Amino acid sequence: MPKAHESRRKERLDRGVKVRSDGVYAVASWREMAFLLGPRLLLIAGLLIMPLLLMPVPYWQKVLTIICIYSMLAIGFDFLAHYVGLVSLGGALYIGVGAYIAAILNTEMGLPLWATIPLATVLGGGVCTVLLWPCLPLRGVYFAIVSLMFPLLAARLIEAFDIFGGTDGIMGLDGFPNRWSEMYVLIICLLLALFALRQLVNEDVGLVFRGVKDNDQSVKASGIDITRYKALGVFIASSLGCLGGACLAHIYMWAGISQFALDFSIIPIAATVVGGGGTLAGPVIGCLILVPISELLRDFGTLRIAVYALILMAFIVFKSEGLMSYGARKYNQFEHWVEI
Amino acid sequence: MAGEPILSVRDVNKTFGGVKALTEVSFDLMPGDILGVIGPNGSGKTTLVNVITGFVKADTGQVLYKGKNLVGTAPHKIADQGLTRTFQVMRPYYSLPAYKNLIVPLFSPRARRTGGWRGGGRMGSRDTVAVDILEEIGFERESYVPYKTASSLPTGYLKRLELARCLALRPEIIICDEVFSGLSMSEMASMVPLMEKLQMEGITLIMVEHRLRELFRLANRVMVLNFGAKIAEGVPVEVMADKQVKEAYFGSEEVFSYV
Amino acid sequence: MDILIYGVINSATLALMALGFTLVYGVSRLPNFAHGALYVLAGYICWLLLNRLGLPYILAIALALGLVAVVGGAMYQLILVRIRGMSISEIIASYAIGLAILEGLRWGGLKGGTFTLPAFLEGSVDIAGVSVDFQRILVVVLGALLVGLLYFFVNHTRLGLALKGMAQDERAALTLGIDSDRMAVASMALGSLSAAIAALILLPLGSIVVEAGYHVLIMAVAVCIVGGLGSWTGAILASFVIGFAQILTTAYLGAHFQVVVAILAIILTLILRPSGLFGKQKELEERV
Repeated sequence: MPKAHESRRKERLDRGVKVRSDGVYAVASWREMAFLLGPRLLLIAGLLIMPLLLMPVPYWQKVLTIICIYSMLAIGFDFLAHYVGLVSLGGALYIGVGAYIAAILNTEMGLPLWATIPLATVLGGGVCTVLLWPCLPLRGVYFAIVSLMFPLLAARLIEAFDIFGGTDGIMGLDGFPNRWSEMYVLIICLLLALFALRQLVNEDVGLVFRGVKDNDQSVKASGIDITRYKALGVFIASSLGCLGGACLAHIYMWAGISQFALDFSIIPIAATVVGGGGTLAGPVIGCLILVPISELLRDFGTLRIAVYALILMAFIVFKSEGLMSYGARKYNQFEHWVEI
Repeated sequence: MAGEPILSVRDVNKTFGGVKALTEVSFDLMPGDILGVIGPNGSGKTTLVNVITGFVKADTGQVLYKGKNLVGTAPHKIADQGLTRTFQVMRPYYSLPAYKNLIVPLFSPRARRTGGWRGGGRMGSRDTVAVDILEEIGFERESYVPYKTASSLPTGYLKRLELARCLALRPEIIICDEVFSGLSMSEMASMVPLMEKLQMEGITLIMVEHRLRELFRLANRVMVLNFGAKIAEGVPVEVMADKQVKEAYFGSEEVFSYV
Repeated sequence: MDILIYGVINSATLALMALGFTLVYGVSRLPNFAHGALYVLAGYICWLLLNRLGLPYILAIALALGLVAVVGGAMYQLILVRIRGMSISEIIASYAIGLAILEGLRWGGLKGGTFTLPAFLEGSVDIAGVSVDFQRILVVVLGALLVGLLYFFVNHTRLGLALKGMAQDERAALTLGIDSDRMAVASMALGSLSAAIAALILLPLGSIVVEAGYHVLIMAVAVCIVGGLGSWTGAILASFVIGFAQILTTAYLGAHFQVVVAILAIILTLILRPSGLFGKQKELEERV
């Protein structure tokens, strides 16, 4: 006599509307269009309206900008980990490099904010790629460890040599003209990054990236230089981080070694795991959940790190598919138990 | 046979931590030939493939491809020159559909230089070209097979997918590392004409094999490795008669009964 | 002369810090990034038992060691066993556990005032004109003793041999009736135990701070990477290489560079020779 749970299994069937809206048939009716575009529009509209909704509470508007910065970092992490196969545990490096480059360009060379942010994005991406270049042949655990060490090293070097303002950091950066420009610049950058990357991974180039992740030997045997593609992947991910870092520096009007801190390395990873790795939108959802939690716990000091470390651990162990994949499954499929 | 060899391996040595994997291996490969490489397990066949294609660097010796030494060249550059290989343990991109597997080689600099498949120029999107190549290699175009995820394909198709990846580069040489192993009799039977077709298209082949019967039907020349050294080379019939070869295969005479 | 003496002491310190990490990785291929947290946890538990419950020092030490070993074993049995073999998940999850322990301690325990453990032995002695505390000599002696004990344990006891077997070939060990999960729990418990031992020997030299957790983790990773992950002799040799490098840079450049040396050692080793200075010929699997 088998136990009860052994005689049943969960059966999953695609919803009719999901099947009908696959491929070119999507345009057949408004209902199907809505099914297909609904979640995307919800995210876009939600993010665009959010600043207006949060108007009465300026503090939470600030939180929204922080969410966007973490989201960009997290999308970069997700792209690098699940489409290029490089797990970079040192997201803080990108934030820090972006922040310092923006600060130097702004305070030393007197460039305006609208020039420093794009320049810091591109230059920062370049700097990070050059720094990580020698580590690109490494795989898995080894790359993860070495990337974890870079932000620590950067902070210690700035401290030890007392360069770039040493432990005080660089102060006196220009702020954004007003908080609306701050929020909308970030939200629009985030949405562009998200949809551009989602497009990219399904293009032919994106398939090469995925090939590098799945099986780098085969890519080599196909006459493609994998180091170049890995470097390109790192450049894309680190540029996103540097963009966030540059904005962060301008928001706080300050760049310092705390921008190499642990938070920037761990929250994007936690957000990716919670939101669902490999979905690119998942990390954004993860950030929307985790960053507010972390803000609510700010009064409790470092307890917030402990809390999201525990959330991260719980998800990675018990719900490794993440919220996004879970949601997509519920959205697209019926589930029910069947006797076998 | 006249003319210059397209590939010529000279006195290649390779040791792995004190174990000699290859000892003074030399051979020449003429354009259009099919060279069979046989030998017992652990005789250095796969190491030889790895050395030629740059995945492993030879300790000493030369691999001359069209007169240029390849030792020390990165694998992707060797593939870029038209010297391609399959892997003994198949290495597809498991998460992608079969035809999407071919997008990667079709995206390579070589494939873009040579311009798609057949007849030059860009024929449609890479997806179409990919399905064309798969059809060429025995995936039924109208069936669902080319569109299935690689992880759900049976061994026979995965072996073909390996070959297809090479073909997408429009190669001059394909080194096949045990394309017959793990196949059923009928799969093997359909593979043989495929290899003949490739030869007729002017592709030079090196076939590393355990399956002697199919190999001897195909190969013009056969080379035998044992403990990393070449013990015989020649046309199949001569090699079969060689005493040393029989000794190397001692205990596995049933292998010869296939021939 | 003082460079030599302090170099030896520093190297022994590093070896103690790294021993648990390399033990766990060597047996169960688990990069235990909660290592530093367990180290600090041991110190904190011991302090609690000593100062809040007023237990005698010896008893507090014994209890703290036992508790941390149990925590380590439980961590594996309850959590990490579910993601066995997914090395990236293992790193992230164990790092998360470590963070939770450390930052939880910073929030709830280690704040306000300094937390110190009494030294085992007071006083100091002159060695060739350099004054050295007895506690530091103890570090070297106990470090050597611990290495010796572990060596004996691994090579001459049933459990130790089983662990060694698993380290070499897990599948073969399975076919011989060694329960790999139980062995991994045992190795985690042992690894945590040696982290705790290191903590209780080293912490009396300073105070118990959360930062020590991160410091110990970096040092342990540095020693293990430079020595070749999972190689014991490599780890011990590497702790001497890094130990002396640190003392030399401190002497000629400044104390700020201690951690810089360790991190640079990690990065350079991984770039130039990922199998470690003393690792075996594994380059093929890692790089090609």
